[in-house]
Amino acid sequence: MQAYDIRVTLGRRAILKGVDFEARPGEVTAIAGPNGSGKTTLLRAMTGEVPFSGRVLLNGHDTAAMKPWQLAAIRAVQPQSAAIAFPFTVLEIVRLGLRAGLAAADSDLPLRALAQVDLAGFAHRFYQDLSGGEQQRVQLARVMVQVWEPVRDGVPRWLILDEPVASLDIGHQFTVMDLARSYAARGGGVVAVMHDLNLTAMFADRITLVHAGRVAADGVPAEVLTHDTLAQVYGCPVPVNRVPPAGVPYLLPQARAV
Amino acid sequence: MSLAIDAPAAAGPGTDRRVQARRLTVVLAALLAGMSVFSLAWGASGTSLWGALGDLAAGRELSRLDRIILFDIRLPRLVLGVLVGAALAVSGALLQGLFRNPLADPAIVGVSAGAGLAAMAAIVLGTALPAAVQQAAGSYLVSIAAFFGSWIAILVLYRISTRGGRTSVATMLLAGIAISALANAGTGMITFMADDSQLRDLTFWNMGSLAGATWAKVFAAAPVIWLALLAAPFLARGLNGLALGEAAAGHTGIPVQRVKNTAILTVAAATGAAVAVSGGIGFVGIVVPHLLRLATGPDHHSLLPNAGLLGASLLLAADMISRVAVAPAELPIGIITAVLGAPFFLWILLRRFGSMGI
Repeated sequence: MQAYDIRVTLGRRAILKGVDFEARPGEVTAIAGPNGSGKTTLLRAMTGEVPFSGRVLLNGHDTAAMKPWQLAAIRAVQPQSAAIAFPFTVLEIVRLGLRAGLAAADSDLPLRALAQVDLAGFAHRFYQDLSGGEQQRVQLARVMVQVWEPVRDGVPRWLILDEPVASLDIGHQFTVMDLARSYAARGGGVVAVMHDLNLTAMFADRITLVHAGRVAADGVPAEVLTHDTLAQVYGCPVPVNRVPPAGVPYLLPQARAV
Repeated sequence: MSLAIDAPAAAGPGTDRRVQARRLTVVLAALLAGMSVFSLAWGASGTSLWGALGDLAAGRELSRLDRIILFDIRLPRLVLGVLVGAALAVSGALLQGLFRNPLADPAIVGVSAGAGLAAMAAIVLGTALPAAVQQAAGSYLVSIAAFFGSWIAILVLYRISTRGGRTSVATMLLAGIAISALANAGTGMITFMADDSQLRDLTFWNMGSLAGATWAKVFAAAPVIWLALLAAPFLARGLNGLALGEAAAGHTGIPVQRVKNTAILTVAAATGAAVAVSGGIGFVGIVVPHLLRLATGPDHHSLLPNAGLLGASLLLAADMISRVAVAPAELPIGIITAVLGAPFFLWILLRRFGSMGI
């Protein structure tokens, strides 16, 4: 998936000022950056949700020339937050990811997807009654059902995730990021807007760091997450790989036993 | 009526609601068949369906009076009631799916008022049209006008209340009030211009009634309503997807713009045709889909056909009440649906207000 010279202007304000982006199948590519840097806007431009100038290629095809169902067959997009209009159950929402929607032939995919996001047993609960983090995982299950096999007919498929761990507890952050990693490991492409730099460092193969509507840095985590780059982009000193002063408890997700 | 509403609600969402919805379809079809027989058998005159059937079975000729009452008065009224009830309920379900909101109803958001204005304009001003146009449009003139009236009303409503794929409910309801007010002003103008005989027609028509049912009216409305009812199920997947929001629906492969345009045209056709032949019958479109969502959930694949069946039964029931409430006179059916439906609408509003604001 490639994007060239993406520019987005909302009102009179230029949000993105010519961004190039590349993500490869088989990898998790993270888009990171401070609040208001344009990272979510970049994702929305590449999925066609906001008007933009520039070109977006998916598996070598220009997305502007593709029909909704052609795109849906190779790419699923998880929204950041999603209110649902009517009292659908969790299972009914996840079934919307199946190609023919609710009327699709019975399949155990939705239930398997729910089990993967740690929501087995939630199938018949009402979506509206769930917590924000649970709703987010339901949405993930829905998009995973849509592009269940990471590669089909030799063509890689794509999971596009907008802050997939934003309202999750640390255990479920791992659940979700492990799913993303496994999807990439099996040949699919994953593009995720990420806020948490530790998780990004752990799970991303490549990071595109966006700052003030431009790409500030681009590459593998060790190249991008340096003290100098982070200090410049986030406007505060962010020491990398340094142990805090004695007596301050700190949690290192990187240190978890796998 | 309670049969259809209570039975599936007890099962709750614990089991697969698709199975319940299919069972409910059978129950509702049986209910409609029963209501149809009942409605045919029942009337102000002494003619009895059973007597007539007995005559036919025994090979006796029906009396002229019986034939007229059964085939030229009760049967067209029955068919018209079924068509209008189904059209209004399905229109309500489609509008609610389109606006992603259970409070949308053709009568509440001004779509019926738009159709009514255009239909009344056609009744009163139609005679001023060139003879050739009158000839060509014939008995369809009022239906065609009503279609354009409701189409314009929905387009305006959608423009005003939906921005960037999100509908503001408050704006939708308020815009509906404004559209209704404007249409009613136009209706007032036309009433002012009408002569005495037109005035009587208009008043009775405006309250909503199936009393004037004739085969001519049935044939004017039936093709349009049938087309709309047949088109509706094809929108089910799109409307389910729209519940996720427009962008998310697009990402699941739904051609969002086409679904929206088709839904708007379908509602305009069904509401327009229903209003043209029966006047202002309100609240069917909000009561029926809401009850069905409570019973078997919001999946439009079952909601749309079930709404058609229950809407038809409900209107036949209301029509029977209208025939006996002040017998031998008739109460306009619109009054009955409003008396039953308006408190129901308030109940939904208050329930939503309690849980999530508007």
